[in-house]
Amino acid sequence: MIGQANWDRARRYQAAIAERGAVITDADYLQPAETLLDLYGEDIRARAFTTHDPLRGEQMLRPDFTVPIVQQHMAFGAEPARYTYLGKVFRKQEIDEARPSEFVQVGFEIFDGSDVAKADAEVFATFAEILADAPVSPVTGDIGILRAAVMGLKTTERRRAALMRHLWRPRRFKALLDRFGGISPVPAARAALLAEADPMANLPTVLGLRSESEIAMRIEALRDDAAADPISHIERDLLDALLSVRETAPNAMALLGDIAVDLPSISAAVDGMSARLDALSALGVDVEVLPFEAAYGRTSMEYYDGFVFGFAAAADLNIPPVATGGRYDALTTVLGAGKGVPAVGGVIRPDLVAIAEAAR
Amino acid sequence: MTLKLGVPSKGRLMEKTFDWFATRGVTLRKSGSDREYAGAVDGIDGIELVLLSAGEIPRELDEGRIHLGVTGSDLVREKLSSWDQRVVEVAKMGFGGADLIIAVPQAWIDVDNLDDLDAVAAAFRANHGFRLRIATKYHRLVRNFLRENGVADYQLVDSQGATEGTIRNETAEAVADITSTGETLRANGLKILGDGLIHASQATLFRGRRSNWTKDQREILKALDAKLVR
Repeated sequence: MIGQANWDRARRYQAAIAERGAVITDADYLQPAETLLDLYGEDIRARAFTTHDPLRGEQMLRPDFTVPIVQQHMAFGAEPARYTYLGKVFRKQEIDEARPSEFVQVGFEIFDGSDVAKADAEVFATFAEILADAPVSPVTGDIGILRAAVMGLKTTERRRAALMRHLWRPRRFKALLDRFGGISPVPAARAALLAEADPMANLPTVLGLRSESEIAMRIEALRDDAAADPISHIERDLLDALLSVRETAPNAMALLGDIAVDLPSISAAVDGMSARLDALSALGVDVEVLPFEAAYGRTSMEYYDGFVFGFAAAADLNIPPVATGGRYDALTTVLGAGKGVPAVGGVIRPDLVAIAEAAR
Repeated sequence: MTLKLGVPSKGRLMEKTFDWFATRGVTLRKSGSDREYAGAVDGIDGIELVLLSAGEIPRELDEGRIHLGVTGSDLVREKLSSWDQRVVEVAKMGFGGADLIIAVPQAWIDVDNLDDLDAVAAAFRANHGFRLRIATKYHRLVRNFLRENGVADYQLVDSQGATEGTIRNETAEAVADITSTGETLRANGLKILGDGLIHASQATLFRGRRSNWTKDQREILKALDAKLVR
């Protein structure tokens, strides 16, 4: 149940976003399941309600607005553009029955590459202003810096790609890093396979779509990998140091500047963060006390690839962040059939803000 | 008020369940003809036997239509979300053992563990343009297991029987299925991943949440518990 008070609150929030020149838009409730599955993987089935249309096949009740809004923009929009939307999204709750399976989101999305730092700052500042009187605290991060760090590792392209693919799964990321760093031992079966002169010689009958040549190619890749130097402990320590940065924005900038001396690949991203802080400051955000966590957004926000932020209520309320957002340039490329647009946005949940305010 | 005990309605699972209770002084039997799904209980008062399909027992327990039930621990985990908040394990019964595992073709000599499966899934998607297909009927268990282990770029395709054949038929690249000896898998040219054990299942006596149980029903459970702990 979403009470009248929360709908009113949602409309107030949307009016505040529309005042900043955002066009009011909407999305269909039913979204093709295939697009969401390709994007989020099979996990989305645990979170989104799936239904079946006799002609269109599997459909999902929209679990968020971002994907359909980006699709609409890529098909019909022109830059620069800014949108706001207001409506229900639907999520299965498999763990906590107390959490609602439908709730209202109000969103703000900017498609504009002319000044990326300014667009980031504007989305954040808008949410900060809407939430100025709410008992919530902001946190920021930057997935772009993590990506740049991985991209700059002195190792094979294949290893960088493998790490990049699992940037959002910290456990798997750590396991890969330990393997590429020579920390975890090579499994016996792997060692035996690579020791064979011609592993393909006695191949059992190949079944299914994965072909003999695909198997041979992977063995070739494993051979190359076994011959490659391990990722140095210096670089692994730098990654650890980077991931543990958790400071106010100015202190974080100082730490990241130090790390960039040894890991120059992150310099451009750190400069971008500096420009964003200037832009935030110009919009009246007090960056001196703004929290920055390098690992923020790493576990839940798979499509973000730059600035990320959230606003959280007191921890003892045990509710999700009342607002979240970030930059998702790569998502627009995926959904725009190769044509990408710099994009940033976020959503706010009026019901959660109301809970936070009621608990004050 | 009686306590309703749900037991699989046919086959070895039913017989073994009857034996298990018999050695603990509780006699379960089908009443009337062999085809009838009515039962009787001797050796303890207040328990009513309900014969059901093993696959329906988790749901019946969850909805409170039966109070106790014997079924595979895999079925409870698959059919109930947050199963451990909905039902309680009373006793593992030591039979009906089978492992839910992930298997791939033996020709995948480069794949021994989940690490490899994940790497192959990424390459497969790049080569074929769709996510690597895993055939199973245990969607929830498999999905949770692969998420916990950070495997990506796969999809689950539903297979309610003859799952081992899906790879040969090119409707899946890997399978997640129940096996007790692995014989059928090997005969179909498949091998089990070293760390691909999702759940070791066995017949288990569960009870539902007791939130609306009467005092009488609690007493009956206590009496039953006393017989089971021997």
